[in-house]
Amino acid sequence: MTTQTTRMTGSTQAPALSDASSIASPGRRHGRSRGSGRTAVRITQWRVMRSEWIKLTSLRSTLWTLAAALAFMVLLGLVLSRVTANDWSHYSPEDRATFDATATSLSGMYLAQLAIGVLGVLVISGEYATGMIRASLGVVPRRLPVLWAKLVTFAAASLAVMVVADLIAFTAGQAMLSSRHIDVSLSDPGVLRAVLGAALFVTGIGVIGLALGAILRNTPAAIGVLFGVLLVLPQIVSALPRSLARIGDYLPSASGDALMQVTDSSGVPSPAHGLIVLAVYLAVTIAAAAVLLVRRDA
Amino acid sequence: MIEARGLEKRYGDRVAVHDLSFTARPGTVTGFLGPNGAGKSTTMRMILGLDRPTRGEVRVNGRRYRDAVAPMHEVGVMLEARAVHTGRTAAKHLLALAQTHGISRRRVDEVIEMVGLTEVARRRAGGFSLGMGQRLGIASALLGDPATLILDEPVNGLDPEGIRWIRSLLRDLAAEGRTVFLSSHLMSEMAMTATNLVIVGRGRLIAETTVDEVIAGASPAAVHVRTPASARLREVLAGTGVTVTATAADTLEVTGRTCAEIGQAALASGVVLHELIPRQVSLEDAFMNLTHDAVEYGTPLALAGAPRSEASA
Repeated sequence: MTTQTTRMTGSTQAPALSDASSIASPGRRHGRSRGSGRTAVRITQWRVMRSEWIKLTSLRSTLWTLAAALAFMVLLGLVLSRVTANDWSHYSPEDRATFDATATSLSGMYLAQLAIGVLGVLVISGEYATGMIRASLGVVPRRLPVLWAKLVTFAAASLAVMVVADLIAFTAGQAMLSSRHIDVSLSDPGVLRAVLGAALFVTGIGVIGLALGAILRNTPAAIGVLFGVLLVLPQIVSALPRSLARIGDYLPSASGDALMQVTDSSGVPSPAHGLIVLAVYLAVTIAAAAVLLVRRDA
Repeated sequence: MIEARGLEKRYGDRVAVHDLSFTARPGTVTGFLGPNGAGKSTTMRMILGLDRPTRGEVRVNGRRYRDAVAPMHEVGVMLEARAVHTGRTAAKHLLALAQTHGISRRRVDEVIEMVGLTEVARRRAGGFSLGMGQRLGIASALLGDPATLILDEPVNGLDPEGIRWIRSLLRDLAAEGRTVFLSSHLMSEMAMTATNLVIVGRGRLIAETTVDEVIAGASPAAVHVRTPASARLREVLAGTGVTVTATAADTLEVTGRTCAEIGQAALASGVVLHELIPRQVSLEDAFMNLTHDAVEYGTPLALAGAPRSEASA
């Protein structure tokens, strides 16, 4: 490092010095637009989105978390489908009646949601941890375009990866189940909705993570809250007396089960219910994140 | 152009900045000088809208910074060198900032070359030395070809060559008609770079002045005289506005008379002088005299001490 610095200052210093004034201002002082034929230098929402896309794709953590989500989705679906096919002969008639081939092949969602959730948190909490947020908000002082751009680019990346992952997991899983002729096809009623619903749910969890990251501005805190809501809260609710157990239907985790289910089972609410629950959580957390981002000192 | 009017920032009971008004004009390098904890960083954050003033307002190039159509073209900022994601390369960091305004990749390459980071542009910023981080911060400030530059302790962490480079860069930028506003807690550094000064202490304005005035104000200093006839010289020099103190049997400290006057008086009275030395008050002394009452914490020594970063809260 030291030698690098020395070399850098030693060799490139002189040209940098002499070029400074000429490069800094080729006669474009104070002008709003720069030269002919070039689009004016100004902020647009689209440009902020391109900026956020570069930020998202230029970090290794993005690659790793997306790869982890894809791997969880595919591998877990494959393994559970294979195990189910092997054990099918031991299944009771009731178990066979409630068996959901789609959901089984999409079981990786429960792990994928954690990877995507972490990525969502990191998209903004990473900026608070490193101080980057002050550069981001410094160049976009209205602030909200940064939040919208982060939400859109992250959701697009996550949804794209998860749709692909879900389709692979589904196809591979059904191939395992076909040995027992208990597989389903994408064209069967509700199956496509379940496959896309799982991708939508996982992306939604990531977006909630992003909003939590913006609200709490701290990576461990935001991940802790997100995992707590996803993993711990359902356990606590299920331990409640029966009269209160329906609270569980209004947890974010329930919306995943609801969106993914094809075979009706009494314990799971309808897909429409799941979609509404997810939308409400998204709306509330995003609204809180937006208000706090504008109000608080950065 | 930066115009602050009645700027105030409170954090709970603590007043970080109180009723601060000043102007930084185009074509000048304005130094924002004050001891650590004087509210310099807070003020700079308020200029950029990162912190909301409790009272008062600050305008950049005639309007609030957040109302600018192209903020990066109005103001180039380096608040702290480490406003960079450690996992991203320098080139991608700058490109991401540039993209928000539609600034070209060519311009990104230009500023990278300008600050001398070409060789390390594809490396992740987390591994940068303090000096390289500083250069990256300056690169991001220059990206938008801004009319106003705001730099918080820009020489921090730079090696002597880097310091020389940034001084000449800032002077060149001001000569092009830009407003350059930079903070420091070192008067000597300001004397090398700035022409105008906004001096603060405890979040209050102490003086809005020029470096030349501070230097001039620092001049009424003592003259050290060594003579075997010190008693005789004392009599000769006695008069209104003159203080003569004996510091040893054959030495005197004289204030209120210049070296020339003392020499003339000695010649006229036939006193032999062995030494006649003007004692300049140092710039740091002059600065400390100005901020003497305003030092919030630490000994005065800490003021002029080693160049370390202002407590960046």
